[in-house]
Amino acid sequence: MREMIAFILMGIGVAFNLLGCIGLIRLPDLYNRLQASTKCVTLGTIFIMAGVLVYSGWNGVGIKALLTLVFILITAPTAAHALARGAHKSGVKLWEKSVCDKYEEEKK
Amino acid sequence: MKRFTLFLALFIIWLLLVYNRPYDTVAFKQNLFIGFLVSLFIGIYLGDLIPERVYKFYSPVRIFNFLIYLPVFFWYVILANLDVAYRVLHPRLPIRPGIVKVKTKIKSDTGRVALANSITLTPGTLSVDMEGDTIFVHWIYVRSEDVEEATKIIVERFERYLMKIFD
Amino acid sequence: MIMTIFVYIYILLLACFLCLYRIGRGPTAPDRTVAIDILGILVVGFCGFLSVLTGRDFYMNVAISWALLSFIGTLALAKYLEGKGFDE
Repeated sequence: MREMIAFILMGIGVAFNLLGCIGLIRLPDLYNRLQASTKCVTLGTIFIMAGVLVYSGWNGVGIKALLTLVFILITAPTAAHALARGAHKSGVKLWEKSVCDKYEEEKK
Repeated sequence: MKRFTLFLALFIIWLLLVYNRPYDTVAFKQNLFIGFLVSLFIGIYLGDLIPERVYKFYSPVRIFNFLIYLPVFFWYVILANLDVAYRVLHPRLPIRPGIVKVKTKIKSDTGRVALANSITLTPGTLSVDMEGDTIFVHWIYVRSEDVEEATKIIVERFERYLMKIFD
Repeated sequence: MIMTIFVYIYILLLACFLCLYRIGRGPTAPDRTVAIDILGILVVGFCGFLSVLTGRDFYMNVAISWALLSFIGTLALAKYLEGKGFDE
């Protein structure tokens, strides 16, 4: 029973990871790709780690999985934020069909 | 106080890392001793790096509010992922991206960082830069370019929870 | 039952190859940086699967340190894109 729950959690995680990478291929510009892939891959890896925690129980492996989960939950959005800011400052333009860019107006 | 908090956090993380049954082996005692010394050293030398007024986070009311915030946050994260899945798998890519400007009422720096991280992980939004109380948000489907209205849609669903935790 | 893990690992490998496609193709340097960041997080999940498959715990140590180093590497790349020094 516990193994079933663990495998279902891992399956959800792997499906979200794959969706995030499809988004990385399909979406048109850097910011959209960053959005899709950061969200999906972060949640996918969190689900995989939760699956490892359920599978192995409260021992060395499970606790390390829990620490990795918390760590990824904190650092992945920060890394995405830093990348978006760096890319915008280095002059990456938005997709040509974008609606507005308030940040560009503010910088002038 | 700051130094003690950093020491405590590091020591707890170290204890979780070396967690191993049985406890009465020599290796476990050695691990405990070295971990204590190293966390004490780092806590004394680098304690200035963590935020001021850290004593606020020892209050039980804030911890309780944080525990209320967690399920709300996870609900929005799962919604965000289903939203992304819909947009990615749709053949015509229903996106309308743009960068909008929102304002926040949260005063403390830690609270603002938590708000920016929450915005990044929730439906269709990614925080790009922050200047004072202004956050620039990349929105995958812009519903309103107005500052007030965008603030109402993006920020207010977290602000009332985070205000109780951090202010 | 353990065969399920193999299926998951192959799907994750497919996701990694999609990332590699974006790294090789992506027209500018920032595009490649985003793909490298995502690849770093995918490898952490991979280490979790290997740990379940082999029953050894040192793969989780690899996962923790990989997550840390990938985060620091991404920050360094972002600073490089911004065109500033590391002491800012």
